[in-house]
Amino acid sequence: MKGRTAFQKLAAVPHIVWTVMFIVAPMLFVLYFALTDADGRFSFANITSLSQYTNVFILSIAFALIATVICLLIGYPLAYYMAQQKGRTQKLLMVLLMLPMWCNLLIRTYALMTLLDNGGLLNSLLDSLGLGKITIVGTDFGVILGMIYDFLPYMVLPIFTAMTKLDKQYIEAAHDLGCSHLQTMTRVVIPLTLSGVVSGVTMVFVPSISTFYISQKLGAGKIDLVGDTIERLFQNPSTYNVGAVISLVMMILIIISVQVMNRFTDDEKRVMP
Amino acid sequence: MVIESRNTCFFAIFLFERSPFSKEMENIIELKGVSKFFDGECILDGIDLSIRDKEFVTLLGPSGCGKTTTLRIIGGFETPDRGELFIDGQSVKNTPPNQRPVNTVFQKYALFPHLNVFENVAFGLRLAGAPKDEIVRSVTEMLALVKLKGFERRTVTSLSGGQQQRVAIARALINHPRVLLLDEPLGALDLKLRKDMQNELKKIQRQTGITFIYVTHDQEEALSMSDTVVVMANGKIQQIGSPVDIYNEPENAFVADFIGESNILDGIMVSDGKVKFSGRLFDCVDSGFAPNEPVDIVVRPEDVDVVKLDDGMLTGTVSSVTFKGDYYEIIVDVGGFKWMLETSDYEAPETRIGLKIEPEAIHVMKKSEFSGQFGDYSSFSDEMDHMSDPTEEEAE
Repeated sequence: MKGRTAFQKLAAVPHIVWTVMFIVAPMLFVLYFALTDADGRFSFANITSLSQYTNVFILSIAFALIATVICLLIGYPLAYYMAQQKGRTQKLLMVLLMLPMWCNLLIRTYALMTLLDNGGLLNSLLDSLGLGKITIVGTDFGVILGMIYDFLPYMVLPIFTAMTKLDKQYIEAAHDLGCSHLQTMTRVVIPLTLSGVVSGVTMVFVPSISTFYISQKLGAGKIDLVGDTIERLFQNPSTYNVGAVISLVMMILIIISVQVMNRFTDDEKRVMP
Repeated sequence: MVIESRNTCFFAIFLFERSPFSKEMENIIELKGVSKFFDGECILDGIDLSIRDKEFVTLLGPSGCGKTTTLRIIGGFETPDRGELFIDGQSVKNTPPNQRPVNTVFQKYALFPHLNVFENVAFGLRLAGAPKDEIVRSVTEMLALVKLKGFERRTVTSLSGGQQQRVAIARALINHPRVLLLDEPLGALDLKLRKDMQNELKKIQRQTGITFIYVTHDQEEALSMSDTVVVMANGKIQQIGSPVDIYNEPENAFVADFIGESNILDGIMVSDGKVKFSGRLFDCVDSGFAPNEPVDIVVRPEDVDVVKLDDGMLTGTVSSVTFKGDYYEIIVDVGGFKWMLETSDYEAPETRIGLKIEPEAIHVMKKSEFSGQFGDYSSFSDEMDHMSDPTEEEAE
């Protein structure tokens, strides 16, 4: 028994080395930079300077929230529909959903930008039809659209998994006890697939709130989110420290939101009146 | 005696079908020529079935016989491809399950895991928009009925199989359905619990006066609980009758084989009251067959008496003996056909014994599609109980 635990410890070594080198150490660096000034002296100045970035934070949270909600509104019915399909149709839908994900995120985003650009495919088409051009790239809408486009599969997949695990007997039982289709949805299907929704929301919200590439390309540099701010601050060694504080705040924000989401699934048992 | 009971049975059916009032008033459920196909395969083949109010009816048959499909059609989870379905005289063929006055107790219980015991039972009443105090009163009442007082706040996943079953029953009964459908509800419980639940279900049925339609493949369960047993095989009803009729007067070889143990032999009905099998002429009490009509003969193992070799109508050699607690099960080789006998006395293997069969013990049946499928006990097994049919799995 003791030998086995020693062996198990040994098996964990590569992972521990990896974690320390690439996760723990960088985090300590972030913490160090966050609490020192440019000369390496201990300082709270970075934290007090955070106030000037309040708007960036609010904008990022708002964008991520909107993108997440829209992903949920599109993704939930899509996952439901996919789960209803059989065999080949289901596989085809799955491939269509996954296909863009086989391609790198940056390339996908770049491709979307060229499609939606002023001289892009969409606008050329609209123009040739005599409908005039629409400006998407460089607008708030463009950035949110990019987030939805890039992250929708992350919403659909966990919900789809939860849907396929849902025993059909629950749906039949709901119908049997008097539920209409809509009531079956609200009273049985949604509560029982909530874990999938929570995963989906987390998996869309977290990358949305920290993205910088989508806002750079589809925002045409006009829209500054937290990710862009951090990137810019880290390009200049003299602003490392502020960048580190913002990263830290970001991390805390994400941890809080994940915790809040988890609370949602734990607390699904309803109480007696 | 046998003739009498048979006649009474026919007489009752006769009365029932001819009287327009009783038909309108009593038949709570009627299936007329209901057929169902899955992937082009016929699962139900023209089912005609009338169920009276307050009856405990069991649909009995092996896997794949169509019993569950029949139940699901009544519940509204399947639509018949042909035929009509009436509940309380109303055609409900196209009525969705939530608008039918029936409720189901599902095989795997299907309790909602996100709701506690109270909320599971209250589910139907909440949907109906019942006032809060009524919900609390009714749920308490129902939980008392199924002996689960004090379990209100428990999560359903923390309950044992038997307790979950009770919650499922309470959840269905609280809506006061006209008919309660039960799909092999005791299948997952152990033997002792099954027996208890059988008694309790019967009691609940009497107390509430609700019609129960119960699906099972367990013939013993069917016989001990039901007012009426509907024996099904190959998508068709083989026989409808009281448990006693089904056991004593099986309609064909399938019913005889499926319900209890039977020795099924080929015979010739020489004339009324005279039947020939195993190379000998026997007196019997059946009549109404054509002269020299080929028939199937059923003799129950407990109806064969072991006598001295010289007194036997048939003679045979004991090939095996199994002690069954209150009786011995003996397999006897009579001219190559292995009979099953149940006796209270031990007979050593290889002994030659005589068999005596009273006229009342011989039951004569018309030849059917099942004739010849069920032979003697030379390769005795419970295959019918365990045989599974892939089509029913798919249908579910």
